[in-house]
Amino acid sequence: MIKINKRIVSEHGISEDEFKLIKEILQREPNLLELGIFSVMWSEHCSYKSTKKWLKTLPTSGEKVICGPGENAGIIDIGDNEAIVFKMESHNHPSFIEPYQGAATGVGGIMRDVFTMGARPIANLNSLRFGSPKHPKTKQLLSGVVKGIGDYGNCVGIPTVGGECNFHESYNNNILVNAMCIGLVKKNKIFYSIAKGSGNPIIYVGAKTGRDGIHGATMASAEFDDHSEDSRPQVQVGDPFMEKLLLESCQELMKEDAIIAIQDMGAAGLTSSSFEMASKGSCGVKLFLDKVPCREDKMTPYEMMLSETQERMLMVIKPSKKKKTLRVFKKWGLEAAEIGVITKTGNMEIFFNNSLVGKLPIKPLADSSPEYDRPSEKPFIKFKKEAHKNFSIKSALIKIISSPNHSSKKWIYHQYDRSVMCDTYFSSEQSDSAVIRVHNSTKAIAVTCDCNPIYCNSDPKLGAEIGVAESWRNLIASGADPIAITDNLNFGNPEKKEIMYQIKEAIKGIKTACEALNYPVVSGNVSLYNETKNKSIFPTPVIGGVGVIKNIFRSKGLRMNEGDKIFIVGNSHGHLELSEFNRICNKNYGSPPPLDLKEEIKNGTFVRNFMKKHNSIVTGCHDISEGGIILALAELAIRNKKGLNIKIPSNIKNSKNWLFGEDQSRYLLIVNNEDIIKKVAKKENIKLQKIATVSGDKFCIIKKFEISVKKLIKYNSIWFENFIEK
Amino acid sequence: MPKKVVSIVVFPGSNCDRDLDIAVQKYMNVNTELVWHDDPNIKNQEMIFIPGGFSFGDYLRSGALATKSPAMKEVIRLSKKGVPIIGICNGFQILTECKLLDGALIDNCKRLFICKENFVKIENKNNPFTKNIHKNVVQFPIAHAQGRFYTSEDNLKRLEDNNQIVFKYSSRDGKINKSENPNGSMNNIAGIINKNKNILGLMPHPERAINFSEDNDGISFFRGLQNLL
Repeated sequence: MIKINKRIVSEHGISEDEFKLIKEILQREPNLLELGIFSVMWSEHCSYKSTKKWLKTLPTSGEKVICGPGENAGIIDIGDNEAIVFKMESHNHPSFIEPYQGAATGVGGIMRDVFTMGARPIANLNSLRFGSPKHPKTKQLLSGVVKGIGDYGNCVGIPTVGGECNFHESYNNNILVNAMCIGLVKKNKIFYSIAKGSGNPIIYVGAKTGRDGIHGATMASAEFDDHSEDSRPQVQVGDPFMEKLLLESCQELMKEDAIIAIQDMGAAGLTSSSFEMASKGSCGVKLFLDKVPCREDKMTPYEMMLSETQERMLMVIKPSKKKKTLRVFKKWGLEAAEIGVITKTGNMEIFFNNSLVGKLPIKPLADSSPEYDRPSEKPFIKFKKEAHKNFSIKSALIKIISSPNHSSKKWIYHQYDRSVMCDTYFSSEQSDSAVIRVHNSTKAIAVTCDCNPIYCNSDPKLGAEIGVAESWRNLIASGADPIAITDNLNFGNPEKKEIMYQIKEAIKGIKTACEALNYPVVSGNVSLYNETKNKSIFPTPVIGGVGVIKNIFRSKGLRMNEGDKIFIVGNSHGHLELSEFNRICNKNYGSPPPLDLKEEIKNGTFVRNFMKKHNSIVTGCHDISEGGIILALAELAIRNKKGLNIKIPSNIKNSKNWLFGEDQSRYLLIVNNEDIIKKVAKKENIKLQKIATVSGDKFCIIKKFEISVKKLIKYNSIWFENFIEK
Repeated sequence: MPKKVVSIVVFPGSNCDRDLDIAVQKYMNVNTELVWHDDPNIKNQEMIFIPGGFSFGDYLRSGALATKSPAMKEVIRLSKKGVPIIGICNGFQILTECKLLDGALIDNCKRLFICKENFVKIENKNNPFTKNIHKNVVQFPIAHAQGRFYTSEDNLKRLEDNNQIVFKYSSRDGKINKSENPNGSMNNIAGIINKNKNILGLMPHPERAINFSEDNDGISFFRGLQNLL
């Protein structure tokens, strides 16, 4: 038996204080297996020890919330006995080390979180952040991640309908891969992970356990250094075919009255799934590890408990349905085994070769994990000083639309099956949010991912507020009523005061905006230690927003027709600090645009109601965000292959500020009747400005410049292919 | 009169079976039976569909493992008796792997999965599968990693001489050229039939072109198949 010493404790990422606490809980020294279990259960990844104190402050309930954070995923009510299950989760660390498998297993993991609850996944999205295109690794990481996401979702047959992909040097050595999944479930057929009933069997199903991914959760809770790539064996390998079989077999079994509790074996595998299920149900567990299906010979209890082999599920079932359960899994060719039993003891008792090899109290381990109030301090932000550049309006527009962040993402989304399941009405290149029909109905779900790390770096609270507001706006622009969000908080090392400040401020920002917009947080994920050799990523709290559309045909997307008029809803002040325009001019300093949540609500409510009441007048709608009015208009022209005659209002003195300013709470509404919108806006005291007419095949700013839409499309479409094929 | 019943063979890893089932029932006015791959008997022999997806994960060659399924052995037997058989996407790959159709479907020229709307020209209507489609160019989504049709020059000539090439990737107005070829298929081939004209394989997905509008071209594809029953 290995004697536990200081070195072993620290290698498990456990601090001295934490080790003391472990000894207090156990009233003795742990053995290696037990120490391993503590280390994964108390890792940042599983325990949220640095953030839990702040996450608790977020608004998580509401009229439409069926299940908030704490379960496998959040659930909202969409009426007609139907509910939407959704969550976003990061797979940042593994994707940097092994981009294809890292991203693929990220998608697999989030889909399991959703279908574990009884839902059928209906759409996947992802939010990706890569380093500078000039960084030698970026190309390979981009290709690998996109292929990994595509291959996994395509094989399982769930459409990947949207997301975002951006490049910035702060991600050079820590890319971000955040995967989001939404699923549809009948309200009375939701499954939870609360284990119950002494004597009930615990069934393991899915892939056989191997030595892959041992301590993956611990890896995701440490900074990278020069040797990080040596952790490649900690990255799991994905098998989407196995996932498809698990999905279909679980759906089949869920029709029977067999499952009491179910949870996927994700991070920290068998350990976290068994502990969490037992803890929620306040019961005990006996596990017989000899029964665990193993892929490799001579696996030790330590390895079995900590393995992160993918595509595995753990469930507690009714004893009377054991035969039926095993029959269903056999039909699908899946390995299933009874590996344990629920007890009343409140303890986890682990047996191997007929002897007790570990015994741990479940509640203290799962619930009394450390909670830190880490010190925080506002960082002093050093801005890179570079010589300023000057651009004309035309050259700035061309520069922005042909830049990596604003180029057409066709190269990416063509690799994603967006049409399987036949319910994709708009994928995210066609509309501000993706719009997915609720099968067999005219209802639809709108879904979007948003974050502006440039804003968040300068002011994490305001940046996070803007992220929430933008997702809300994107849903409204697609004709939806926003309902709730999931968040994926990506930051550096929380043990550093400046990073902790960013985390706390960002959570405050999310709280402020979500409370104001009545837009609760129903699920989420935290990814910390995204830093390498002391250099952290920009704070990146990604918001995944979900809304409901009563009649899918009222969702208009980014459409416009010849002769339509385009109006700006909201106030334009010309805020250029931290805008795309200032950034191409090398002016990387300043504050994000101010956000007035009252105005956000006012403008959003106007657009939402106008689209509902005067639906036949509205051809399309687009929010104004990065790049300002001019980029929003250019995107419309490119999308529709149609020209625009744009007239800058005569009272505007500085047209660059006005065109490129990134003021918040604004929309472009494309309508075929200008009288009605003017009348309604006036009545409701909404700032409305006519800006353009859809006409011809040129993008023309009167008295400034014109360019053919064909040329714009060309500028917008070349970057990715050139970058990849170079 | 009770509705006729057509069969859809489902493999572990099929993922277009539900979509196909809906399209067939709705627009062919029939009932369907989903036949699990290990069933050696196919009761309903009016018409058999092989749906898209990733049968057995397609980790080997697309469609290769599916050929070993008991249901496929039965499909092969029934095909010789003239039963109409339609394979879409992975179904087409399986039919070529079974040698029920000529050629092979290999990696797309850029070696990437590709999903997009594509125009497809109906190259000939001299067969029961396409003779009732009024349009000459239809729009169907494609979604595959291995859809590049390949065969020997001799075989290609034979396919052309026998009017076995049914669908070709094209422009909106039916022009066949390289720029409209999404995957590098020989002669832009998107779908072919066998010599006896009872087996059709195509890479594009007509079952994904029936939604949100009554003008969608998948509808006329499935309606047109009714004459085969």
